[in-house]
Amino acid sequence: MHSDLSPMAIDLRGISKAFGSVQANKNVNFSVPKGTIHGIVGENGAGKSTLMSILYGFYEADSGEIYISGEKTKIQSSTDAIKAGIGMVHQHFMLVDNFTALENIMLGAESGSILSSSIADAAKELTRLESEFGLRIDKDAQTDTLPVGQLQRVEILKALYRGAEILILDEPTGVLTPQEADQLFNILRSLKERGVTVIIITHKLREIMALTDNVSIMRQGEIVSNLKTSQTNREELAELMVGRKVRMDIDKAPATPKERLLEIKNLSVKDEYGINRLDSVSFDIHAGEILGIAGVSGNGQSELLEVLSGIRDCSEGKVVINAETITPTKHANPEQIRKAKISHVPEDRLKRGLVPAFSASESSLLGYHKHRVFNGLFLTNSSAIKTHCMDLMDAFDVRPKDPSLKSANFSGGNQQKLILAREMEQKPKVLLVGQPTRGVDIGAIEFIHKQIVTMRDSGSAILLVSGELDELMSLSDRILVMFEGRIVGEMMANEADETTLGLMMANALGKSDEKKEDISI
Amino acid sequence: MNQPKKPLPVWADIILIPLINILLALFVAGIIIYLIGENPFEALKILIYGAFGYDEAIGYTLYYTTNFIFTGLAVAIAFHANLFNIGGEGQAYIGGLGVAIVMITLDGYLPFWALLPLAILVAMLFGALWAAIPAYLQAYRGSHIVITTIMFNFIAANLMVYLLVNVFIVPGSMSPESRIFADNAHLPFMHEILAWFDIQVASTPLNISFLIALLFCVFLWLFIWHTRWGYELRTVGFSESAATYAGINSKKVVMMTMIISGALAGMVGINEIMGVHHKLLLDFVAGYGFTGIAVALMGRNHPVGIIVASLLFGALYQGGAELTFDMPNVSREMVVAIQGLIILFSGALTYMSKPWLERFFHIFSHSKPTKMEA
Repeated sequence: MHSDLSPMAIDLRGISKAFGSVQANKNVNFSVPKGTIHGIVGENGAGKSTLMSILYGFYEADSGEIYISGEKTKIQSSTDAIKAGIGMVHQHFMLVDNFTALENIMLGAESGSILSSSIADAAKELTRLESEFGLRIDKDAQTDTLPVGQLQRVEILKALYRGAEILILDEPTGVLTPQEADQLFNILRSLKERGVTVIIITHKLREIMALTDNVSIMRQGEIVSNLKTSQTNREELAELMVGRKVRMDIDKAPATPKERLLEIKNLSVKDEYGINRLDSVSFDIHAGEILGIAGVSGNGQSELLEVLSGIRDCSEGKVVINAETITPTKHANPEQIRKAKISHVPEDRLKRGLVPAFSASESSLLGYHKHRVFNGLFLTNSSAIKTHCMDLMDAFDVRPKDPSLKSANFSGGNQQKLILAREMEQKPKVLLVGQPTRGVDIGAIEFIHKQIVTMRDSGSAILLVSGELDELMSLSDRILVMFEGRIVGEMMANEADETTLGLMMANALGKSDEKKEDISI
Repeated sequence: MNQPKKPLPVWADIILIPLINILLALFVAGIIIYLIGENPFEALKILIYGAFGYDEAIGYTLYYTTNFIFTGLAVAIAFHANLFNIGGEGQAYIGGLGVAIVMITLDGYLPFWALLPLAILVAMLFGALWAAIPAYLQAYRGSHIVITTIMFNFIAANLMVYLLVNVFIVPGSMSPESRIFADNAHLPFMHEILAWFDIQVASTPLNISFLIALLFCVFLWLFIWHTRWGYELRTVGFSESAATYAGINSKKVVMMTMIISGALAGMVGINEIMGVHHKLLLDFVAGYGFTGIAVALMGRNHPVGIIVASLLFGALYQGGAELTFDMPNVSREMVVAIQGLIILFSGALTYMSKPWLERFFHIFSHSKPTKMEA
């Protein structure tokens, strides 16, 4: 890959970085030719983010050298990185909500101390960038009114505005519909044509295959392989990432739906501003069936889970969930819901699913801390709690198997396995699952999927909310699509394809014309 | 920017940081004492001797310690639920009022062994009530508990002035104090108890509330870490959204926590009113409620830490008083300033040294793998 004629845009030599006893990066060498798109893949904790953080100046490497365009560069802060022409688009956007797009772009890079002249300068520069890169945004719109695809463009423009010639994107498609992701890829390709070097971190192998010129695979802090994308395939990449053969598809027999366990009729939920977050939603789930809910995040899926799990009250409609009825006048709290044999694996495991500061055994009690087995008359039964946690860890292969370890110190996959173990061990009649594999590595995903299918086969009804279309299509038996709080589409999973689902998610499947405009921006 | 540092080892967090904070405070105090022309080392010697040097000193130190344990525990349990109870001062004051009401109405009728549990109950009840109102306002009306508990300190202070001047004052007396309780309403002093066992020590205000305080430390430790209510309390403290998910009613937890917190602060009334003064008087709380915040911070909200921190502040109170006797240049205000420095360094600036320590540990733990490579 090295060519002596034109220097590499980025050349990292022997980068190592340790956090305490954990070696996050081990003697990493990799280089990116100018004007190419380079993918970095790896499981969680493989060291991708650490490596990029070193490049962007968040951390300093313990050893190793960074060459930017052939010149040895010392990057000790993000200011240094920006000076060297590196821009970063973070997974979670770093924007001020109540600023306009333009204000966000110029923030911290104003041309002078007089604001009005800075704004004028910035607007001029932005117009130039827009025309050069074909990146249109509504620069006077307040940021919190913009859709995520636009926010991402604001982030990209922010980097370009600061003179970035090397753009790093960290998991950029996590919040996008497939169509928005495609638009992003078009933008990145046109940036590449204009000589910008792009590095993209992702765990979606499909995107690597579609977009990149070269790909580096990281495992346990090391680069295990550098490949030309055209000379590899998804299976090979997955195997290199995990270090063993991985089954990408799920072994599951066709569903045999039985009695109805969950019935939702005209369910609506208003938020504190009086806006309908759920709008007349109706559907059923039967025993022995996995119902998937697709949709761009923020279209009512979270509210749906919250109502069904008793966290949020509904404003209209009726839910009958395993003989427990919820109506606007008859609330159910999470405790009652659990008693009715309904378990909930929440979308946000760190905020809801467990308490990061608790030990694993304390977290494995969350929601069930009043159960008789764990309590004496006054005091808790410490040994029963510990045994319970050990059993969960055994059943779901949680590592390290240490009930006294702080929940925060487990990897994302193991935290998720602990939560799933806790909820599934109750043998629920209805299982509500939100984002079961978000931020979970491939090896653990395989295991989690298997457990969910087993639960279905044992006669539970499962509601699956996920942002990963691949997951929804392979795991669900039936898929509903949500848009702005409504159900806008339904498909059997074996008939579903990404394009149709994607169009439904944007509510653009030959329905209203104004909606079509939204995604064509 | 946001360097993720390895967390400090537990022992460094619990022992090293408080120790460094105290040494920093003493260092600054030493400079002040040097500047007013006294020898700081001599002053430290007098302070330590004055706090622990002889039986009377120890008695006084432990007597102060008792109050700090109660208020420290009160602040600590609230902290575990992520609540900041600044109202220990007022809750202790009202707790004392409760004790006095029991004693003045019943000391002629009930024996000591009936009065003691009743007084404890009422002291805790009054303290709890005084904390329950701000708790209710926080949980159900959204008023910030820091503001309301501070306000309730003022209300308590003014209420007590009114009651002492208009209700409890002995007719014909010039000082706003209640009558002295009958002998059966006095807690036994430790020197009296020790005398039963033929151990003669100097007479000090130290009474059996000290033992009650230690007992409360055990109870509170069990409650916070080994009951389902403590579990709920800590869940709410760490993550309200996880508590909601788990079906824990945070509003109820806020109420429960503040009621316990106020009850603990109210116990100061047992030590002061029933144990020492034997009458209701103005300002007997004397800042114990506020110092309890520093005690809880320094004690890392753990009962064992609170005992140690209370002992330190007890020693400062007692040793500081000795210091003003022995060093004419060191005034009473100077001792308060030294206490203030300790509170400043171990309370407000608790984590000032943490980044430095983390860096130190980081470099230290860092050099090991490199050595192994070499």
